[in-house]
Amino acid sequence: MTHLDTELKNLKTDMIEMFGLVLSQLNKSQEALINLDKDLAREVLINERRVNGFELKIDRDCENIIALFNPVAVDLRFVLATMKINSNLERIGDIAEGICQFVLNIKLEPEKELLAKTRIVEMFETGASILEDVMNAFEKEDTRLARSVFKNDEILDEININSTQAVADFIRANPERINQSLYTLSTIRKLERVGDQCKNIAEEIIFYIEAKVLKHKPRAQKQQMNDDEI
Amino acid sequence: MPKIESKNVHLHYGPFHALKGINMSIEKNTVCALIGPSGCGKSTFLRLFNRMNDLIDGVKIEGNCLIDGKDIYSKEVHIDDLRKRVGMVFQKPNPFPKTIFENVAFGLRVNGITHKTFIDERVERCLKQAALWEEVKDKLKKSAMELSGGQQQRLCIARALAIEPSVILMDEPASALDPISTSKIEELIYELKSQYTIIIVTHNMQQAGRVSDTTAFFYVGELIEFNSTKKIFTNPTDIKTQNYITGRFG
Repeated sequence: MTHLDTELKNLKTDMIEMFGLVLSQLNKSQEALINLDKDLAREVLINERRVNGFELKIDRDCENIIALFNPVAVDLRFVLATMKINSNLERIGDIAEGICQFVLNIKLEPEKELLAKTRIVEMFETGASILEDVMNAFEKEDTRLARSVFKNDEILDEININSTQAVADFIRANPERINQSLYTLSTIRKLERVGDQCKNIAEEIIFYIEAKVLKHKPRAQKQQMNDDEI
Repeated sequence: MPKIESKNVHLHYGPFHALKGINMSIEKNTVCALIGPSGCGKSTFLRLFNRMNDLIDGVKIEGNCLIDGKDIYSKEVHIDDLRKRVGMVFQKPNPFPKTIFENVAFGLRVNGITHKTFIDERVERCLKQAALWEEVKDKLKKSAMELSGGQQQRLCIARALAIEPSVILMDEPASALDPISTSKIEELIYELKSQYTIIIVTHNMQQAGRVSDTTAFFYVGELIEFNSTKKIFTNPTDIKTQNYITGRFG
């Protein structure tokens, strides 16, 4: 194994740890919100500093590899993709932090009816599952798994679109819970962004492995590429 | 029409098959880098185009090597005429043990030019083109051997330019130079491209990336991949190319 191989392997190991940390932040933010667990929310805020620190470390490692080893071809694509994935993960970390900030601000436990109607738990679970898929796709260099994210993200989009009506109906029936309803809606919007970040990550994984640029391509075309391979 | 072309070129050094059916086209005013591990045939391929391989005993060449559409191995082509059109710069600077001025004027004198003003003007122009004029204009009568390695190499480039070739062959022109001289040579290659077609053999991957428009990867006498330099260094088609440029073999 060359010196560069060792550096790239270490970078990948760090990235997988970053994936794990962010996934755990997202899962904890769900638990903190559903159970109004303020201690857990505080823990997420503290861990957010670790996410930020990790982001800086990975960025610095990428910069060093480019400066010292001048990677080319697949190695260069790996480092470039890693830099972008790193930034996407940090944003998912920010989303988990934002949700926990909200948990710390509210006084009443979230209304079960509101949670059920907006399908927010399903959204959390889908978001976490997509994030886990891109993590595994990155680790195993599995572009088929990465491509599955484009389809699964549609679930998040669908819940997000329907949530506006669900929240409006809830507010009409419970005008005294308007603040909580709006916070819930804002959380749903955040979770929809988790799907977008994961899609970006999936695109970067495909770029790194297959040298194909899927960015800004229509969804149908991304799936067409998938079908071609099957 | 491509400036330089090789069509199914095979070259044997006695029993050794050094080039195996090379097909390649190089456009005018571009820089083509030849890369590959030692002994892969890239320098042999380079030397085809000024017929330097002809001097080696037991060499056998098949196929066609064309410059401006004409086969340079045909009987009508006189080797001296060919070498006026194809200049060469070698790995180690090899100035003649003469003055700086005479090094550049040498090719002109050999070709029978005696007009003093003409020679003076040509020497100045070539030294300027080779980005050396400012450093040597006050010591043209001094020995070329007094120059630094980087200056000597630029002098050799000026010497090659003096006979007004349209093609310049460079065999690792910066491998014996320090980083500052290397960067000057690379800048020079970039500038010369507008007037000349250049083929450069290099072992330095970053240099190939910086100076060339197209890159050819040779391996055991075969042309494995020939493509735009951007494509070769971001997404090579052949796994052997990828393994070589990423330092995993060779």
